[in-house]
Amino acid sequence: MEIVKDAAQKKIFIKREFNAELEKVWQAWTTAELLDEWWAPKPWKARTKSLDFREGGKWFYAMVGPDGSESWVRMDIITVSPLKSFTVYDNFTDENGNTNPALPGMEWKCEFSKTADGTLVSVEISFSSEENMKKIIEMGFEEGFSSALNNLDEVFKN
Amino acid sequence: MRRDIFHAIADPTRREIIKLVSLNPMTPNSLADHFDISRQAVSKHIKILSECSLLEQEYSGREIYYRLSPAKLKPLDEWLEPFRLMWQKRFNELDKLLSKKNKTKNQRR
Repeated sequence: MEIVKDAAQKKIFIKREFNAELEKVWQAWTTAELLDEWWAPKPWKARTKSLDFREGGKWFYAMVGPDGSESWVRMDIITVSPLKSFTVYDNFTDENGNTNPALPGMEWKCEFSKTADGTLVSVEISFSSEENMKKIIEMGFEEGFSSALNNLDEVFKN
Repeated sequence: MRRDIFHAIADPTRREIIKLVSLNPMTPNSLADHFDISRQAVSKHIKILSECSLLEQEYSGREIYYRLSPAKLKPLDEWLEPFRLMWQKRFNELDKLLSKKNKTKNQRR
C-alpha cells in the first residue's frame, strides 16, 4: 500500500492493489452488505442503514465501536462511472443524518483499474483546509491505535 | 515561505529525489539524469529540499554529493503512521473478503 500526504494540495493519496477481478473489487466498494464486512478497521464495525449507489444517492452508515458506541457518516454520492470511478462527499452526522458542523467533511475520489494480477484502487481524499486534514488524521490515530492494540490481543492468543 | 518536511514532500519531483538520495549519495547531475525536466528545475528542487534540512552536502573532490538526513523524515512518519495503519487494516479485511468471494462458485449479487 502506498499512502502519500500532500499538505500543499490538502490531499491524501492512497493506492493499493487487490488480487481480485475489477468487477469484484468494485462490488465490494459499492454494495452495502459487502462494505459492512470490511470498511471499518477492527475493532470497529460498519453498519449500513441505507445505501443508494447512484449519482445523487447516499450511503448512510454507523461505525460501531467495541463498546457499542456509534458514529454516523453520510456519504453523498456525487459522480459514478461504473467499474471506473466514483466521487463522494463524506460528512459526519448524527443518527438522523444531519451533518455535524464541528467535524470536517472531505471529498473522496476512488478509481479502479485492471492490472496484470488484479485491480488497482487509487483513493484521493481532498480536504478544505490543512487544519481539517490534521483533524481527520488525528481521528484516524485513535482508530489506528485501537487496531494496534487489537493486533496485540491476537498475538497474545497464540 | 514554509520550509519543513510537509513542504518538502508536497511535490512529486521532490519525493522522487528523496527516494533516490535515500539509496545513495548523488551529485546534482546524476540526479538530473533521472528526470525529464531541466537541470535548473532539478536544482531548484534540491535547493528547497536543502532548505527543508532534508539533504546533507558532502564534498568529494570537486563534486558535491547530496544525501538524505533521515531523521528529518520522522515528523512525517509520526503524523501519518496511525492513518496508514488504519487503512492497512481496512484493506486487509477487504483482501479476506475478496478471497472468500473467489472461492465461492455461485456468487450472490
